[in-house]
Amino acid sequence: MSDTLALTFRQYRLERRLFWRNPSAAFFNLGLPLLFLIAFGVIFHGNEKELHVIVPGIAGMSVMSGTFVALGHNMVALREQGVLKRMRGTPLPSGAYLGGLALNAVANTVIQILFVLIAGRLLFGIDSIKDVPELVVFLVLGVACFSALGVAFAHVIPNSESAPAYINAVFLPVILVSGVFYDSADAPSFIKDIAQILPLTHLIDGLTGALVKGTTLGDNAGHLAVVAVWTVFGTFFAIRGFTWESRRS
Amino acid sequence: MMGGVAGESAIEVRDLRKTYGSLEAVRGISFSVARGEVFGLLGPNGAGKTTTVEILEGYRTASTGTVSVLGFDPAQRQRALRERVGIVLQQTGIYRNIRVREALIHFGGFYPKPRDPDEVIALVGLQEKADATAGTLSGGQLRRLDLALALIGDPELIFLDEPTTGFDPAARRAAWDVVRSLRDLGKTILLTTHYLDEAQELADRVAIIKGGTIVAEGAPRELGVGHASRVRVSYRDALGEQVEQVTDDPTSLLYQLAGDALDRGERLEDLEVSRPTLEEVYLELTADVQEPEVADV
Ligand SMILES: Nc1ncnc2c1ncn2[C@@H]1O[C@H](COP(=O)(O)OP(=O)(O)OP(=O)(O)O)[C@@H](O)[C@H]1O
Ligand SMILES: [Mg+2]
Repeated sequence: MSDTLALTFRQYRLERRLFWRNPSAAFFNLGLPLLFLIAFGVIFHGNEKELHVIVPGIAGMSVMSGTFVALGHNMVALREQGVLKRMRGTPLPSGAYLGGLALNAVANTVIQILFVLIAGRLLFGIDSIKDVPELVVFLVLGVACFSALGVAFAHVIPNSESAPAYINAVFLPVILVSGVFYDSADAPSFIKDIAQILPLTHLIDGLTGALVKGTTLGDNAGHLAVVAVWTVFGTFFAIRGFTWESRRS
Repeated sequence: MMGGVAGESAIEVRDLRKTYGSLEAVRGISFSVARGEVFGLLGPNGAGKTTTVEILEGYRTASTGTVSVLGFDPAQRQRALRERVGIVLQQTGIYRNIRVREALIHFGGFYPKPRDPDEVIALVGLQEKADATAGTLSGGQLRRLDLALALIGDPELIFLDEPTTGFDPAARRAAWDVVRSLRDLGKTILLTTHYLDEAQELADRVAIIKGGTIVAEGAPRELGVGHASRVRVSYRDALGEQVEQVTDDPTSLLYQLAGDALDRGERLEDLEVSRPTLEEVYLELTADVQEPEVADV
Protein backbone atom coordinates (compact mmCIF):
# COMPACT_ATOMS: atom_id res chain seq x y z
CA MET A 1 0.00 0.00 0.00
CA SER A 2 2.68 2.49 1.00
CA ASP A 3 4.51 1.28 -2.09
CA THR A 4 1.48 2.14 -4.22
CA LEU A 5 1.35 5.59 -2.64
CA ALA A 6 5.04 6.13 -3.31
CA LEU A 7 4.60 5.05 -6.93
CA THR A 8 1.57 7.32 -7.27
CA PHE A 9 3.65 10.24 -6.09
CA ARG A 10 6.48 9.28 -8.42
CA GLN A 11 4.10 9.15 -11.37
CA TYR A 12 2.65 12.50 -10.31
CA ARG A 13 6.14 14.04 -10.25
CA LEU A 14 6.84 12.76 -13.76
CA GLU A 15 3.54 14.14 -15.03
CA ARG A 16 4.39 17.50 -13.46
CA ARG A 17 7.82 17.63 -15.08
CA LEU A 18 6.37 16.77 -18.46
CA PHE A 19 3.63 19.36 -18.01
CA TRP A 20 6.09 22.18 -17.38
CA ARG A 21 8.26 21.02 -20.25
CA ASN A 22 5.66 22.45 -22.63
CA PRO A 23 5.48 26.05 -21.36
CA SER A 24 3.01 27.45 -23.86
CA ALA A 25 0.52 24.66 -23.18
CA ALA A 26 1.07 25.17 -19.46
CA PHE A 27 0.49 28.90 -19.81
CA PHE A 28 -2.83 28.54 -21.60
CA ASN A 29 -3.92 25.66 -19.43
CA LEU A 30 -3.33 27.62 -16.24
CA GLY A 31 -4.07 31.09 -17.50
CA LEU A 32 -7.49 30.57 -19.05
CA PRO A 33 -9.60 31.13 -15.93
CA LEU A 34 -7.51 34.18 -15.11
CA LEU A 35 -8.18 35.63 -18.55
CA PHE A 36 -11.90 34.99 -18.11
CA LEU A 37 -11.85 36.57 -14.70
CA ILE A 38 -10.02 39.68 -15.90
CA ALA A 39 -12.32 40.07 -18.90
CA PHE A 40 -15.45 39.87 -16.76
CA GLY A 41 -13.86 41.97 -14.05
CA VAL A 42 -13.38 44.75 -16.57
CA ILE A 43 -16.97 44.43 -17.82
CA PHE A 44 -18.48 44.40 -14.33
CA HIS A 45 -16.02 46.86 -12.82
CA GLY A 46 -17.49 48.40 -9.69
CA ASN A 47 -20.54 46.17 -9.83
CA GLU A 48 -20.07 44.25 -6.63
CA LYS A 49 -23.12 42.03 -7.05
CA GLU A 50 -21.93 40.71 -10.41
CA LEU A 51 -18.38 40.28 -9.22
CA HIS A 52 -19.64 38.20 -6.32
CA VAL A 53 -21.20 35.87 -8.87
CA ILE A 54 -18.26 35.77 -11.24
CA VAL A 55 -15.47 34.90 -8.80
CA PRO A 56 -17.01 31.68 -7.41
CA GLY A 57 -18.37 30.95 -10.89
CA ILE A 58 -14.93 31.08 -12.47
CA ALA A 59 -13.55 29.08 -9.55
CA GLY A 60 -16.12 26.35 -10.28
CA MET A 61 -15.35 26.51 -13.97
CA SER A 62 -11.65 26.08 -13.16
CA VAL A 63 -12.43 22.87 -11.31
CA MET A 64 -14.28 21.52 -14.33
CA SER A 65 -11.71 22.63 -16.92
CA GLY A 66 -8.73 21.52 -14.84
CA THR A 67 -10.09 18.02 -14.24
CA PHE A 68 -12.95 17.02 -16.54
CA VAL A 69 -11.68 18.74 -19.68
CA ALA A 70 -7.98 18.06 -19.10
CA LEU A 71 -8.41 14.41 -18.09
CA GLY A 72 -10.89 13.79 -20.89
CA HIS A 73 -8.37 14.96 -23.48
CA ASN A 74 -5.48 13.28 -21.74
CA MET A 75 -7.01 9.86 -21.35
CA VAL A 76 -8.12 9.74 -24.97
CA ALA A 77 -4.68 10.79 -26.22
CA LEU A 78 -2.80 8.38 -23.93
CA ARG A 79 -5.10 5.55 -24.91
CA GLU A 80 -4.73 6.27 -28.60
CA GLN A 81 -0.95 6.70 -28.46
CA GLY A 82 -0.62 3.35 -26.72
CA VAL A 83 0.87 4.83 -23.54
CA LEU A 84 -1.85 3.31 -21.36
CA LYS A 85 -1.21 -0.08 -22.87
CA ARG A 86 2.51 0.18 -22.28
CA MET A 87 1.96 1.17 -18.66
CA ARG A 88 -0.35 -1.77 -18.18
CA GLY A 89 2.46 -4.16 -19.14
CA THR A 90 4.66 -2.94 -16.30
CA PRO A 91 4.34 -3.76 -12.59
CA LEU A 92 3.12 -0.22 -11.89
CA PRO A 93 -0.28 -0.68 -10.19
CA SER A 94 -3.10 0.78 -12.29
CA GLY A 95 -4.26 2.82 -9.32
CA ALA A 96 -0.83 4.41 -8.96
CA TYR A 97 -0.74 5.34 -12.61
CA LEU A 98 -4.23 6.80 -12.76
CA GLY A 99 -3.71 8.42 -9.37
CA GLY A 100 -0.60 10.15 -10.68
CA LEU A 101 -2.49 11.43 -13.72
CA ALA A 102 -5.38 12.65 -11.59
CA LEU A 103 -3.09 14.35 -9.06
CA ASN A 104 -1.45 16.22 -11.89
CA ALA A 105 -4.86 17.52 -12.98
CA VAL A 106 -5.67 18.39 -9.37
CA ALA A 107 -2.41 20.34 -9.04
CA ASN A 108 -3.31 22.39 -12.09
CA THR A 109 -6.76 23.02 -10.68
CA VAL A 110 -5.32 24.18 -7.37
CA ILE A 111 -3.04 26.62 -9.18
CA GLN A 112 -5.98 27.97 -11.19
CA ILE A 113 -8.12 28.36 -8.08
CA LEU A 114 -5.31 30.21 -6.32
CA PHE A 115 -4.97 32.55 -9.30
CA VAL A 116 -8.70 33.19 -9.20
CA LEU A 117 -8.78 33.80 -5.46
CA ILE A 118 -5.77 36.09 -5.53
CA ALA A 119 -7.08 38.02 -8.52
CA GLY A 120 -10.51 38.20 -6.91
CA ARG A 121 -8.98 39.71 -3.84
CA LEU A 122 -6.50 42.08 -5.46
CA LEU A 123 -8.64 43.26 -8.34
CA PHE A 124 -12.24 42.87 -7.28
CA GLY A 125 -12.26 43.22 -3.53
CA ILE A 126 -13.52 39.73 -2.66
CA ASP A 127 -11.58 40.45 0.48
CA SER A 128 -11.52 37.37 2.60
CA ILE A 129 -12.69 33.83 2.30
CA LYS A 130 -15.66 33.50 4.60
CA ASP A 131 -15.34 29.81 5.43
CA VAL A 132 -12.05 28.06 4.65
CA PRO A 133 -13.06 24.50 5.68
CA GLU A 134 -16.21 24.78 3.60
CA LEU A 135 -14.17 25.99 0.63
CA VAL A 136 -11.77 23.07 0.99
CA VAL A 137 -14.56 20.51 1.32
CA PHE A 138 -16.30 21.75 -1.82
CA LEU A 139 -13.08 21.96 -3.79
CA VAL A 140 -11.95 18.46 -2.80
CA LEU A 141 -15.30 16.92 -3.63
CA GLY A 142 -15.61 18.98 -6.82
CA VAL A 143 -12.19 17.89 -8.01
CA ALA A 144 -12.97 14.24 -7.25
CA CYS A 145 -16.34 14.51 -8.99
CA PHE A 146 -15.10 16.10 -12.21
CA SER A 147 -11.99 13.92 -12.36
CA ALA A 148 -14.14 10.80 -12.24
CA LEU A 149 -16.57 12.23 -14.79
CA GLY A 150 -13.66 13.15 -17.07
CA VAL A 151 -12.23 9.64 -17.03
CA ALA A 152 -15.72 8.16 -17.48
CA PHE A 153 -16.49 10.49 -20.37
CA ALA A 154 -13.20 9.59 -22.10
CA HIS A 155 -14.65 6.11 -22.73
CA VAL A 156 -17.38 7.63 -24.86
CA ILE A 157 -14.93 9.55 -27.05
CA PRO A 158 -13.82 7.41 -29.99
CA ASN A 159 -10.52 9.10 -30.88
CA SER A 160 -8.46 12.21 -30.24
CA GLU A 161 -9.57 14.04 -33.38
CA SER A 162 -13.10 14.10 -32.05
CA ALA A 163 -12.15 14.70 -28.41
CA PRO A 164 -12.39 18.54 -28.50
CA ALA A 165 -15.84 18.35 -30.09
CA TYR A 166 -17.13 15.83 -27.57
CA ILE A 167 -15.68 17.64 -24.59
CA ASN A 168 -16.81 21.11 -25.63
CA ALA A 169 -20.28 19.77 -26.37
CA VAL A 170 -20.50 19.03 -22.66
CA PHE A 171 -18.29 21.71 -21.12
CA LEU A 172 -19.70 24.80 -22.87
CA PRO A 173 -23.41 24.15 -22.24
CA VAL A 174 -22.68 23.13 -18.67
CA ILE A 175 -20.77 26.32 -17.82
CA LEU A 176 -23.45 28.38 -19.56
CA VAL A 177 -26.41 26.96 -17.64
CA SER A 178 -24.67 26.40 -14.32
CA GLY A 179 -24.35 30.05 -13.42
CA VAL A 180 -20.68 30.65 -14.07
CA PHE A 181 -21.39 33.98 -15.71
CA TYR A 182 -24.64 35.06 -14.06
CA ASP A 183 -26.58 34.38 -10.92
CA SER A 184 -28.42 31.16 -11.63
CA ALA A 185 -31.39 32.56 -9.69
CA ASP A 186 -31.90 35.06 -12.54
CA ALA A 187 -32.11 32.40 -15.26
CA PRO A 188 -35.33 31.32 -17.04
CA SER A 189 -37.01 28.50 -15.18
CA PHE A 190 -36.36 25.71 -17.71
CA ILE A 191 -32.66 26.50 -17.56
CA LYS A 192 -32.86 26.56 -13.80
CA ASP A 193 -34.43 23.09 -13.87
CA ILE A 194 -31.65 21.72 -16.03
CA ALA A 195 -29.03 23.46 -13.93
CA GLN A 196 -30.45 21.95 -10.77
CA ILE A 197 -29.47 18.43 -11.77
CA LEU A 198 -25.94 19.36 -12.89
CA PRO A 199 -23.06 19.10 -10.42
CA LEU A 200 -21.39 22.37 -11.43
CA THR A 201 -24.37 24.44 -10.27
CA HIS A 202 -24.14 22.91 -6.83
CA LEU A 203 -20.38 23.22 -6.68
CA ILE A 204 -20.68 26.92 -7.53
CA ASP A 205 -23.44 27.39 -4.95
CA GLY A 206 -21.17 25.82 -2.34
CA LEU A 207 -18.21 27.94 -3.40
CA THR A 208 -20.40 31.06 -3.30
CA GLY A 209 -21.37 30.16 0.24
CA ALA A 210 -17.77 29.74 1.28
CA LEU A 211 -16.36 32.73 -0.60
CA VAL A 212 -18.98 35.48 -0.43
CA LYS A 213 -22.16 34.60 1.41
CA GLY A 214 -20.68 33.08 4.51
CA THR A 215 -23.26 30.30 4.69
CA THR A 216 -22.13 27.21 6.55
CA LEU A 217 -21.50 23.67 5.40
CA GLY A 218 -24.74 22.68 7.11
CA ASP A 219 -26.65 25.21 5.00
CA ASN A 220 -25.09 23.76 1.88
CA ALA A 221 -25.40 20.07 2.72
CA GLY A 222 -27.91 19.63 -0.09
CA HIS A 223 -25.45 20.97 -2.65
CA LEU A 224 -22.74 18.75 -1.25
CA ALA A 225 -25.04 15.74 -1.57
CA VAL A 226 -25.73 16.37 -5.27
CA VAL A 227 -22.01 16.65 -6.04
CA ALA A 228 -21.41 13.47 -4.03
CA VAL A 229 -24.02 11.56 -6.03
CA TRP A 230 -22.37 12.64 -9.29
CA THR A 231 -19.01 11.57 -7.88
CA VAL A 232 -20.30 8.07 -7.18
CA PHE A 233 -21.90 7.92 -10.61
CA GLY A 234 -18.71 9.14 -12.31
CA THR A 235 -16.46 6.77 -10.38
CA PHE A 236 -18.64 3.79 -11.25
CA PHE A 237 -18.48 4.49 -14.98
CA ALA A 238 -14.82 5.54 -14.86
CA ILE A 239 -13.90 2.12 -13.49
CA ARG A 240 -16.44 0.05 -15.35
CA GLY A 241 -15.82 1.40 -18.81
CA PHE A 242 -12.07 1.61 -18.51
CA THR A 243 -10.19 0.48 -21.61
CA TRP A 244 -6.46 0.45 -21.97
CA GLU A 245 -6.46 0.23 -25.74
CA SER A 246 -8.35 1.93 -28.51
CA ARG A 247 -11.19 -0.21 -29.72
CA ARG A 248 -10.82 -1.51 -33.22
CA SER A 249 -13.60 -0.44 -35.44
CA MET B 1 7.58 -18.71 -4.26
CA MET B 2 5.26 -19.35 -7.16
CA GLY B 3 6.51 -20.39 -10.51
CA GLY B 4 10.13 -20.54 -9.53
CA VAL B 5 10.66 -24.23 -10.08
CA ALA B 6 13.79 -24.76 -12.11
CA GLY B 7 13.51 -27.01 -15.12
CA GLU B 8 9.82 -26.31 -15.51
CA SER B 9 9.06 -24.63 -18.80
CA ALA B 10 8.79 -20.86 -18.92
CA ILE B 11 5.71 -20.85 -21.14
CA GLU B 12 3.13 -23.54 -21.55
CA VAL B 13 0.27 -23.17 -24.04
CA ARG B 14 -2.34 -25.87 -24.41
CA ASP B 15 -5.24 -25.94 -26.90
CA LEU B 16 -5.39 -22.17 -26.94
CA ARG B 17 -8.28 -20.67 -28.82
CA LYS B 18 -9.31 -17.06 -29.26
CA THR B 19 -12.32 -15.79 -31.11
CA TYR B 20 -13.17 -12.18 -31.91
CA GLY B 21 -16.86 -12.21 -32.65
CA SER B 22 -17.21 -14.73 -35.44
CA LEU B 23 -13.52 -14.71 -36.35
CA GLU B 24 -11.50 -17.52 -34.88
CA ALA B 25 -8.06 -15.91 -34.75
CA VAL B 26 -6.33 -18.70 -32.83
CA ARG B 27 -7.64 -22.22 -33.34
CA GLY B 28 -6.24 -24.55 -30.78
CA ILE B 29 -2.49 -24.15 -30.60
CA SER B 30 -0.13 -25.80 -28.15
CA PHE B 31 3.55 -25.23 -27.55
CA SER B 32 5.95 -24.83 -24.74
CA VAL B 33 9.06 -22.75 -24.30
CA ALA B 34 11.80 -24.00 -22.01
CA ARG B 35 13.61 -21.73 -19.62
CA GLY B 36 16.56 -20.12 -21.33
CA GLU B 37 15.20 -20.85 -24.78
CA VAL B 38 14.66 -18.39 -27.62
CA PHE B 39 11.41 -19.32 -29.32
CA GLY B 40 10.29 -17.73 -32.58
CA LEU B 41 6.72 -17.35 -33.86
CA LEU B 42 6.53 -16.94 -37.60
CA GLY B 43 3.55 -16.51 -39.83
CA PRO B 44 1.88 -14.23 -42.32
CA ASN B 45 -0.08 -11.10 -41.40
CA GLY B 46 -3.16 -11.95 -39.41
CA ALA B 47 -1.92 -15.44 -38.52
CA GLY B 48 -2.59 -14.92 -34.82
CA LYS B 49 0.90 -14.20 -33.52
CA THR B 50 0.11 -10.99 -31.67
CA THR B 51 -3.10 -12.45 -30.33
CA THR B 52 -1.18 -15.37 -28.87
CA VAL B 53 1.59 -13.23 -27.46
CA GLU B 54 -0.81 -10.73 -25.91
CA ILE B 55 -2.72 -13.52 -24.20
CA LEU B 56 0.59 -14.62 -22.68
CA GLU B 57 1.30 -11.04 -21.64
CA GLY B 58 -2.05 -10.73 -19.89
CA TYR B 59 -3.52 -8.13 -22.26
CA ARG B 60 -6.17 -10.43 -23.68
CA THR B 61 -7.94 -13.44 -22.31
CA ALA B 62 -8.11 -16.85 -23.93
CA SER B 63 -11.49 -18.02 -25.20
CA THR B 64 -10.61 -21.59 -24.24
CA GLY B 65 -7.46 -23.51 -23.43
CA THR B 66 -4.82 -22.95 -20.80
CA VAL B 67 -1.69 -20.87 -20.70
CA SER B 68 0.93 -20.65 -18.03
CA VAL B 69 3.75 -18.12 -17.87
CA LEU B 70 6.51 -18.68 -15.30
CA GLY B 71 3.93 -20.76 -13.48
CA PHE B 72 1.37 -17.95 -13.36
CA ASP B 73 -1.92 -17.52 -15.15
CA PRO B 74 -1.25 -14.23 -16.97
CA ALA B 75 -4.97 -13.37 -17.05
CA GLN B 76 -4.78 -12.82 -13.28
CA ARG B 77 -2.35 -9.99 -14.00
CA GLN B 78 -0.37 -10.47 -10.83
CA ARG B 79 2.28 -7.91 -10.14
CA ALA B 80 4.74 -10.64 -9.13
CA LEU B 81 4.58 -11.91 -12.71
CA ARG B 82 4.85 -8.52 -14.36
CA GLU B 83 7.99 -7.81 -12.32
CA ARG B 84 9.69 -10.73 -14.03
CA VAL B 85 8.55 -10.10 -17.58
CA GLY B 86 9.65 -7.55 -20.18
CA ILE B 87 7.39 -6.64 -23.09
CA VAL B 88 7.97 -5.08 -26.49
CA LEU B 89 4.52 -4.63 -28.02
CA GLN B 90 3.99 -4.63 -31.75
CA GLN B 91 2.49 -1.17 -31.44
CA THR B 92 2.92 1.17 -28.55
CA GLY B 93 3.58 4.77 -27.60
CA ILE B 94 5.40 6.89 -25.08
CA TYR B 95 5.08 10.44 -23.77
CA ARG B 96 6.36 12.74 -26.49
CA ASN B 97 8.33 15.00 -24.21
CA ILE B 98 9.93 12.43 -21.94
CA ARG B 99 13.71 12.08 -22.28
CA VAL B 100 15.27 8.73 -23.00
CA ARG B 101 17.26 8.44 -19.78
CA GLU B 102 14.41 9.91 -17.76
CA ALA B 103 12.05 7.26 -19.16
CA LEU B 104 14.44 4.47 -18.25
CA ILE B 105 14.96 5.80 -14.73
CA HIS B 106 11.22 6.22 -14.26
CA PHE B 107 10.30 2.78 -15.57
CA GLY B 108 13.17 1.22 -13.64
CA GLY B 109 11.45 2.44 -10.48
CA PHE B 110 8.57 0.02 -11.11
CA TYR B 111 10.80 -3.03 -10.67
CA PRO B 112 12.45 -4.53 -7.62
CA LYS B 113 15.92 -4.85 -9.17
CA PRO B 114 16.25 -2.62 -12.22
CA ARG B 115 19.31 -2.55 -14.45
CA ASP B 116 21.49 0.52 -14.74
CA PRO B 117 19.75 2.96 -17.14
CA ASP B 118 22.94 4.03 -18.89
CA GLU B 119 23.99 0.45 -19.39
CA VAL B 120 20.64 -0.34 -21.04
CA ILE B 121 20.87 2.81 -23.16
CA ALA B 122 24.28 1.66 -24.38
CA LEU B 123 22.97 -1.85 -24.98
CA VAL B 124 20.41 -0.58 -27.50
CA GLY B 125 22.77 2.03 -28.93
CA LEU B 126 20.94 5.18 -27.87
CA GLN B 127 23.88 6.87 -26.08
CA GLU B 128 23.76 9.90 -28.34
CA LYS B 129 20.05 10.29 -27.70
CA ALA B 130 20.06 9.77 -23.94
CA ASP B 131 18.94 13.35 -23.32
CA ALA B 132 16.67 13.67 -26.35
CA THR B 133 12.91 13.66 -25.93
CA ALA B 134 11.00 10.71 -27.36
CA GLY B 135 9.12 12.98 -29.76
CA THR B 136 12.37 13.80 -31.57
CA LEU B 137 13.50 10.19 -32.07
CA SER B 138 13.31 8.46 -35.43
CA GLY B 139 11.07 5.42 -35.85
CA GLY B 140 13.91 2.97 -35.43
CA GLN B 141 15.27 4.86 -32.43
CA LEU B 142 11.85 4.78 -30.79
CA ARG B 143 11.75 1.05 -31.35
CA ARG B 144 15.13 0.77 -29.61
CA LEU B 145 13.68 2.73 -26.72
CA ASP B 146 10.86 0.16 -26.61
CA LEU B 147 13.46 -2.57 -26.32
CA ALA B 148 15.35 -0.65 -23.64
CA LEU B 149 12.17 -0.14 -21.60
CA ALA B 150 11.44 -3.86 -21.84
CA LEU B 151 14.88 -4.67 -20.47
CA ILE B 152 15.16 -2.07 -17.70
CA GLY B 153 13.51 -4.31 -15.11
CA ASP B 154 16.05 -7.10 -15.76
CA PRO B 155 13.27 -9.54 -16.71
CA GLU B 156 13.82 -13.28 -16.90
CA LEU B 157 11.24 -13.65 -19.68
CA ILE B 158 11.03 -11.24 -22.59
CA PHE B 159 8.26 -10.98 -25.18
CA LEU B 160 9.34 -9.33 -28.42
CA ASP B 161 6.55 -8.76 -30.95
CA GLU B 162 8.33 -7.80 -34.18
CA PRO B 163 11.07 -6.02 -32.25
CA THR B 164 13.27 -5.08 -35.21
CA THR B 165 10.63 -3.78 -37.61
CA GLY B 166 11.93 -0.42 -38.83
CA PHE B 167 15.55 -1.09 -37.90
CA ASP B 168 18.31 -0.36 -40.36
CA PRO B 169 20.52 -3.38 -41.15
CA ALA B 170 23.20 -2.35 -38.66
CA ALA B 171 20.64 -1.77 -35.91
CA ARG B 172 19.11 -5.17 -36.65
CA ARG B 173 22.48 -6.88 -36.27
CA ALA B 174 23.01 -4.95 -33.03
CA ALA B 175 19.58 -6.04 -31.77
CA TRP B 176 20.45 -9.63 -32.61
CA ASP B 177 23.57 -9.26 -30.49
CA VAL B 178 21.38 -7.97 -27.65
CA VAL B 179 19.10 -10.98 -27.95
CA ARG B 180 22.07 -13.35 -28.03
CA SER B 181 23.57 -11.71 -24.97
CA LEU B 182 20.23 -12.04 -23.18
CA ARG B 183 20.17 -15.71 -24.06
CA ASP B 184 23.69 -16.07 -22.73
CA LEU B 185 22.41 -14.61 -19.49
CA GLY B 186 19.85 -17.42 -19.37
CA LYS B 187 16.80 -15.31 -20.24
CA THR B 188 13.84 -16.83 -22.00
CA ILE B 189 12.67 -15.02 -25.11
CA LEU B 190 9.49 -15.34 -27.15
CA LEU B 191 9.93 -13.49 -30.40
CA THR B 192 7.67 -12.91 -33.38
CA THR B 193 9.16 -11.78 -36.63
CA HIS B 194 8.57 -11.60 -40.35
CA TYR B 195 12.29 -11.76 -41.01
CA LEU B 196 13.19 -15.37 -41.58
CA ASP B 197 16.89 -14.68 -41.32
CA GLU B 198 16.19 -13.22 -37.90
CA ALA B 199 14.40 -16.36 -36.78
CA GLN B 200 17.14 -18.50 -38.24
CA GLU B 201 19.85 -16.46 -36.50
CA LEU B 202 18.23 -16.16 -33.11
CA ALA B 203 15.67 -18.81 -32.40
CA ASP B 204 16.48 -22.17 -30.88
CA ARG B 205 13.07 -23.29 -32.06
CA VAL B 206 10.39 -21.75 -34.22
CA ALA B 207 6.71 -22.40 -34.77
CA ILE B 208 5.09 -21.37 -38.04
CA ILE B 209 1.49 -20.26 -37.55
CA LYS B 210 -1.02 -19.82 -40.29
CA GLY B 211 -4.70 -19.15 -39.94
CA GLY B 212 -4.46 -19.62 -36.19
CA THR B 213 -2.88 -23.07 -36.19
CA ILE B 214 0.71 -24.22 -35.93
CA VAL B 215 1.73 -25.83 -39.21
CA ALA B 216 5.35 -26.59 -38.33
CA GLU B 217 7.51 -26.49 -35.27
CA GLY B 218 11.14 -27.24 -34.58
CA ALA B 219 14.68 -25.96 -34.75
CA PRO B 220 15.09 -23.77 -37.83
CA ARG B 221 17.52 -26.23 -39.39
CA GLU B 222 15.36 -29.26 -38.66
CA LEU B 223 12.34 -27.56 -40.18
CA GLY B 224 14.18 -27.53 -43.47
CA VAL B 225 14.81 -31.24 -43.16
CA GLY B 226 11.50 -32.38 -41.82
CA HIS B 227 9.18 -30.50 -44.07
CA ALA B 228 11.08 -30.39 -47.27
CA SER B 229 13.59 -33.15 -46.90
CA ARG B 230 14.95 -32.46 -50.33
CA VAL B 231 18.23 -31.06 -51.39
CA ARG B 232 18.64 -28.82 -54.37
CA VAL B 233 21.56 -29.34 -56.71
CA SER B 234 22.24 -26.74 -59.35
CA TYR B 235 25.00 -26.22 -61.90
CA ARG B 236 25.60 -24.90 -65.38
CA ASP B 237 26.00 -27.53 -68.11
CA ALA B 238 28.39 -27.46 -71.08
CA LEU B 239 25.95 -25.32 -73.08
CA GLY B 240 25.85 -22.77 -70.28
CA GLU B 241 22.29 -23.64 -69.31
CA GLN B 242 21.38 -23.45 -65.65
CA VAL B 243 20.21 -26.87 -64.47
CA GLU B 244 18.47 -27.48 -61.19
CA GLN B 245 17.53 -30.84 -59.71
CA VAL B 246 15.85 -31.64 -56.44
CA THR B 247 16.52 -34.91 -54.72
CA ASP B 248 15.99 -36.89 -51.54
CA ASP B 249 19.33 -38.60 -52.08
CA PRO B 250 21.95 -36.02 -52.89
CA THR B 251 24.87 -38.46 -52.52
CA SER B 252 23.92 -40.69 -55.41
CA LEU B 253 22.71 -37.80 -57.55
CA LEU B 254 26.03 -36.03 -57.18
CA TYR B 255 27.92 -39.26 -57.82
CA GLN B 256 25.99 -39.77 -61.01
CA LEU B 257 26.24 -36.16 -62.20
CA ALA B 258 29.94 -35.96 -61.48
CA GLY B 259 30.62 -39.33 -63.14
CA ASP B 260 28.74 -38.33 -66.30
CA ALA B 261 30.52 -35.02 -66.48
CA LEU B 262 33.94 -36.60 -66.05
CA ASP B 263 33.12 -39.19 -68.71
CA ARG B 264 32.33 -36.39 -71.13
CA GLY B 265 35.34 -34.42 -70.02
CA GLU B 266 33.15 -31.54 -68.84
CA ARG B 267 33.00 -29.57 -65.62
CA LEU B 268 29.98 -28.85 -63.48
CA GLU B 269 30.24 -25.07 -63.44
CA ASP B 270 28.83 -23.16 -60.48
CA LEU B 271 27.91 -26.36 -58.71
CA GLU B 272 25.78 -25.66 -55.68
CA VAL B 273 24.19 -28.04 -53.23
CA SER B 274 21.71 -26.42 -50.89
CA ARG B 275 19.17 -27.33 -48.28
CA PRO B 276 15.90 -25.51 -48.54
CA THR B 277 16.22 -22.39 -46.41
CA LEU B 278 13.77 -21.58 -43.66
CA GLU B 279 12.39 -19.05 -46.10
CA GLU B 280 11.59 -21.72 -48.67
CA VAL B 281 9.99 -23.94 -46.06
CA TYR B 282 8.04 -20.99 -44.79
CA LEU B 283 6.78 -20.01 -48.21
CA GLU B 284 5.84 -23.58 -49.00
CA LEU B 285 3.97 -24.06 -45.74
CA THR B 286 2.14 -20.78 -45.82
CA ALA B 287 1.49 -20.71 -49.56
CA ASP B 288 -2.17 -21.71 -49.33
CA VAL B 289 -2.85 -19.44 -46.40
CA GLN B 290 -5.33 -17.33 -48.33
CA GLU B 291 -7.90 -20.09 -48.72
CA PRO B 292 -9.02 -20.70 -45.14
CA GLU B 293 -9.03 -16.97 -44.51
CA VAL B 294 -11.41 -16.34 -47.38
CA ALA B 295 -13.62 -19.18 -46.22
CA ASP B 296 -13.88 -17.42 -42.85
CA VAL B 297 -15.40 -14.22 -44.07
N1 LIG C 1 -9.11 -6.88 -31.03
C1 LIG C 1 -9.45 -7.54 -32.16
N2 LIG C 1 -10.72 -7.54 -32.56
C2 LIG C 1 -11.09 -8.20 -33.68
N3 LIG C 1 -10.25 -8.90 -34.46
C3 LIG C 1 -8.97 -8.94 -34.11
C4 LIG C 1 -8.50 -8.27 -32.94
N4 LIG C 1 -7.17 -8.49 -32.83
C5 LIG C 1 -6.83 -9.25 -33.88
N5 LIG C 1 -7.91 -9.52 -34.65
C6 LIG C 1 -7.90 -10.36 -35.86
O1 LIG C 1 -7.32 -11.60 -35.50
C7 LIG C 1 -6.46 -12.07 -36.52
C8 LIG C 1 -5.08 -12.29 -35.95
O2 LIG C 1 -4.52 -11.05 -35.61
P1 LIG C 1 -3.08 -10.90 -34.97
O3 LIG C 1 -2.87 -9.47 -34.64
O4 LIG C 1 -2.93 -11.88 -33.87
O5 LIG C 1 -2.16 -11.32 -36.20
P2 LIG C 1 -0.57 -11.33 -36.35
O6 LIG C 1 -0.17 -12.73 -36.64
O7 LIG C 1 0.07 -10.68 -35.19
O8 LIG C 1 -0.38 -10.46 -37.66
P3 LIG C 1 0.77 -9.40 -38.07
O9 LIG C 1 1.89 -10.19 -38.62
O10 LIG C 1 0.11 -8.59 -39.15
O11 LIG C 1 1.11 -8.61 -36.86
C9 LIG C 1 -6.51 -11.03 -37.63
O12 LIG C 1 -7.41 -11.50 -38.60
C10 LIG C 1 -7.04 -9.79 -36.95
O13 LIG C 1 -7.80 -9.02 -37.84
MG1 LIG D 1 1.20 -9.03 -34.94
